[in-house]
Amino acid sequence: MLVSYKWLKDYVDLDGVTPEELADQITNAGIEVEHLSYPGEGLKGIVIGKVLTCEPHPDSDHLHVCQVDLGSETVQIVCGAPNVAAGQKVPVATNGARIAGNVKIRRSKFRGVESNGMLCALSELGVDKALAPYEDGIYVFDDDVRVGQDALPYLNLDDAILDLDILVSSAHCMNMIGVAHEVAAILNRPVHIPVPDPHETDEYAAEKVSVTVGAGEKVPYYGARLIEGIRIAPSPRWMQLRLIAAGVRPISNVVDISNYVMLEYGQPLHTFDFGTFGSDRVLVRFAGQNETMKTLDGQERKLTIEDIVITNGKEAVAVAGVMGGESSEITGSTGKVLLESAVFDPISIRKTAARLQMRTDASSRYEKGIDRNRVTQASDRAAELLTKYAYARVLKGIVEQGERTVPETVITLPWQKINRVLGADLSLDVIRGILTRLGFKVDKKGETIRVTVPARRFDVSIPEDLVEEVGRIYGYDHIPATLPEGEAIKASLTQYQELTRRTELLMESAGLTQAYTYSLTTDEHAAAYAVHPSSEKPVKVLSPMSEEHAVLRQSIVPQLIDVVSYHLNRQMPDTALYEIGKVFIPKAGSPRPEEEEHLAGAIAGSRSERNWEGEALPVDFFTVKGIVEKVFDSLSLSDRIDYLPAKRAGLHPGQTADILFDGKVIGYLGALHPAVQKEADLNETFVFEIAIEPLLRGEQAPIIYHGQPRFPSTTRDIALVVKRSVQAADLYKVIKENGEPLLQSVNLFDIYEGSHVAEDEKSMAFSLTYFDPERTLTDDEVSAIHEKILEACEKECGAELRG
Amino acid sequence: MLKEKLLELREKALENVKSADDLKKLQDIRVNFLGKKGPITEVLKGMGKLTKEERPVIGQLANDVRNAIGTLIEEKRAEIEARLLERKLESEKIDVTLPGRKVQTGSHHLLASVIREVEDLFIGLGFSVAEGPEVEEDYYNFEALNLPKDHPARDMQDSFYITEDILMRTHTSPMQARTLEAHKGKGPVKIICPGKVYRRDNDDATHSHQFMQIEGLCVDKNIRLSDLKGVLTVFAKHMFGAEREIRLRPSFFPFTEPSVEMDISCFRCGGHGCSVCKGTGWIEILGAGMVHPNVLRMSGFDPSVYTGFAFGMGPERIAMLKYGIEDIRHFYTDDIRFLKQFDRA
Ligand SMILES: [Zn+2]
Repeated sequence: MLVSYKWLKDYVDLDGVTPEELADQITNAGIEVEHLSYPGEGLKGIVIGKVLTCEPHPDSDHLHVCQVDLGSETVQIVCGAPNVAAGQKVPVATNGARIAGNVKIRRSKFRGVESNGMLCALSELGVDKALAPYEDGIYVFDDDVRVGQDALPYLNLDDAILDLDILVSSAHCMNMIGVAHEVAAILNRPVHIPVPDPHETDEYAAEKVSVTVGAGEKVPYYGARLIEGIRIAPSPRWMQLRLIAAGVRPISNVVDISNYVMLEYGQPLHTFDFGTFGSDRVLVRFAGQNETMKTLDGQERKLTIEDIVITNGKEAVAVAGVMGGESSEITGSTGKVLLESAVFDPISIRKTAARLQMRTDASSRYEKGIDRNRVTQASDRAAELLTKYAYARVLKGIVEQGERTVPETVITLPWQKINRVLGADLSLDVIRGILTRLGFKVDKKGETIRVTVPARRFDVSIPEDLVEEVGRIYGYDHIPATLPEGEAIKASLTQYQELTRRTELLMESAGLTQAYTYSLTTDEHAAAYAVHPSSEKPVKVLSPMSEEHAVLRQSIVPQLIDVVSYHLNRQMPDTALYEIGKVFIPKAGSPRPEEEEHLAGAIAGSRSERNWEGEALPVDFFTVKGIVEKVFDSLSLSDRIDYLPAKRAGLHPGQTADILFDGKVIGYLGALHPAVQKEADLNETFVFEIAIEPLLRGEQAPIIYHGQPRFPSTTRDIALVVKRSVQAADLYKVIKENGEPLLQSVNLFDIYEGSHVAEDEKSMAFSLTYFDPERTLTDDEVSAIHEKILEACEKECGAELRG
Repeated sequence: MLKEKLLELREKALENVKSADDLKKLQDIRVNFLGKKGPITEVLKGMGKLTKEERPVIGQLANDVRNAIGTLIEEKRAEIEARLLERKLESEKIDVTLPGRKVQTGSHHLLASVIREVEDLFIGLGFSVAEGPEVEEDYYNFEALNLPKDHPARDMQDSFYITEDILMRTHTSPMQARTLEAHKGKGPVKIICPGKVYRRDNDDATHSHQFMQIEGLCVDKNIRLSDLKGVLTVFAKHMFGAEREIRLRPSFFPFTEPSVEMDISCFRCGGHGCSVCKGTGWIEILGAGMVHPNVLRMSGFDPSVYTGFAFGMGPERIAMLKYGIEDIRHFYTDDIRFLKQFDRA
């Protein structure tokens, strides 16, 4: 909402309050002034001049040489505007003046003829060309202005414009009278709203036109005036300039007046050319399914049964509250006008405007709410202005259906509630004073106040609204800063949150950088690399902004691969990333997916730098596995984890393992399939993903202290020759099972394949540590267990002791 | 006779020790002179032939000579060892200016740092951290927050719907309703809820279709707007510096009444006006307010008994302001060169 400071002065005395101060105060009271602008900023030396003579330029077919009276002197000015003529009063940029764009006007010669200034168009004085009326040349004053005076005040270029950000709660300030009430309350000054006089004649409108509303509660009130004798002409300069200040382009007296009254009262008005209306009957109804009509902007609109239309009894002539129709548009030959001032249901208007993509000044006001009690005043005001500026004869009475006014809202509350909610200590007098300034009526009864809300404050309906009214005018700056009182409650991270943080730290210590990627991805990526591939369809959003972000991810890995690729494309081949975030697993029979936090990582390049000691070491499967193992170690869950060779789409069939927890797959790690790498132009890249949430939420093993060992442990090595197909995990399992309970740890320290063993065999050497907390183990005891382990390995894995 | 022999031995040993230049030779000298078969032992064996008077004198002399030779050898040994050590140290000298072996560590994401900082602060103020679904029911995302269907502040165009009733949450505020509901009408409730939210926006320097929010909610029997002001003051000073002042401006949100916006005094210019604060001296940080009675009521709290405040802030905005980051997309591009800069954040 653009508010002219000069216009506002019609209603509130702004003496001693600069536009800056006003903007600050309005902002502090709750309506943000987004911009404060001065339309005449930078203009200098513009005076009103009178064109005395206007002769064609001797050497040009479009220039004119004018003698211009500037009051103090008469100067010669060459002018190129097509509309220049003798007798006009015009704004003149004199020698040394500055016009828009900080252009300086200097004495100059046009094809040999001297020129001492410039006759100005409004756009040359900074007025938006799209708003300037009749922009086909210089601006011509149409009324009695004094030659030689500063032109800026006459063009409202000495004004200041406040741009108010109107929210739902401040819809009452979408008009000048509303702003005036607000400003008057803020400044604690009186407000003057003139009462309009419609200048009605004795002839009754109801005898010439009828109004029927057939749309029930969606049209609580519809009123129409009939106005005759209209002569279409430009509106007066003051009105044009105010419309321009408000961002509305002046058109003609009738259209301008209806726009002006809307800006003033917030009540949208519509003017129909009654001569082309098509009947003497106004019928307001819902549109038929597939009914069409042509709106003012020349577009054919397809309507639905939810839209309200104004009809002449036969066909639609306007989309109610949104836009008029072309058939009854005001034209230069309009003589009779039907003036509509009505109330429409905000939700209906919002839906219609949104569906037809026609957010107009009228619809946005209806959507946010209007003051019911101004519907007649606005009609009266328009009638008054039409009489004055469009030669109108206003027929007697408003032809109407519905209630003109609504009952007043009354809010009852204990007045101390205001202090309790604000944490303030205001006296009843202060509270009453603030509410009264805002136009509320306050009656006290015991500890209770009864507050009557003016109809223009349709945003106020509950006690909390009054708390806000008092708070914002009193000023939140004056309210103390306290801390909540009350009982102490537990406040800490949950186990899950704590362990998530610990896992993050662990990943970072292991060299991985934390990434945040998008949950919405492409259709193609959505289901790829899922820990548990689902047969359900991935979850899609109904209207994505792009195909890139349309479907909910089931794995984080594809996003991380993209980040690796991003870095590779920028000459950063070494990347190690992780993310803990949600994946969204589609669930049969439910539109909502299951959400689960996963830990995923992607590592590519080298794990150590190439430096003065030698070449870099490339990342390999076991780099990644070490990191994954550490995650389970940190949760003390390694004993319940197994790794099984696995084949997964997109991963290397020989370098991929499923991760099992208590025998159930909870994740995987592996190398990207060479074909995938080649297609995406990647180097060797390793990834992992773990459905970690249940582990972090699960019961955690308690920490049990064992005391310092008092007896030494014994370590013995054992080298076993096995078939190459035997996996390390098989041997580990047999060794551990048979070493119980004295075997403390097993470490595989050598693997050998080569000439010293058979071609299909390998040697694996383990170092086994035995320990008894109660005593020192004897050689014989250790030998016995060692022997037992060896035998079991022979029997179960076909192992032989390497000689 | 024996006496001369002993003195002679001592001279000889002295010479030998002097000329010895390694530990091996020194050991040989020890064995030669002091060993069981050495000359001094020989002398002592021949003592039987001496007179009773001579015996202690020679015996004493023999001991003295033996000790003197022993001392000489030890001194020499220490000298040689010191020389050897010196040589060894010399040979072990390295170029200490060579770079060390890199310890590779990753960085914490800046958003995670901001969220942690806020979490830790509010835990200190008695709040717990809550989590909630990102795919949300329309009821919790809008209706329970006093945004019934057809509310003007509710624009379908802004939300990623999955079905008519299911959508990607557009803010973390649904956790207000969910948490209140879970408390079954009994306070106090003090939570903050950080999380991802989604809006139908085209990604550009200031918009992201996915971003983070941190919601705060405090409901109890005597919660006042002044408490909100106090808590936000603590927050502002903690996050942006002890000298920060805050300002509450009236605003509008459907789920709070009164609603406010919080500005902090500009940390760049201290309030005089600069490019960060667009000349106003104040920077808008977050939206807040007193929980709307409809929100309390719908989630089972009696608004005549309980009041509360709520606030919502954007970690991206906080980080962008704090570090002068110009493009919100940086947070989701995950360029390591960007992330590394905030490792200490
Ligand atoms: Zn500043």
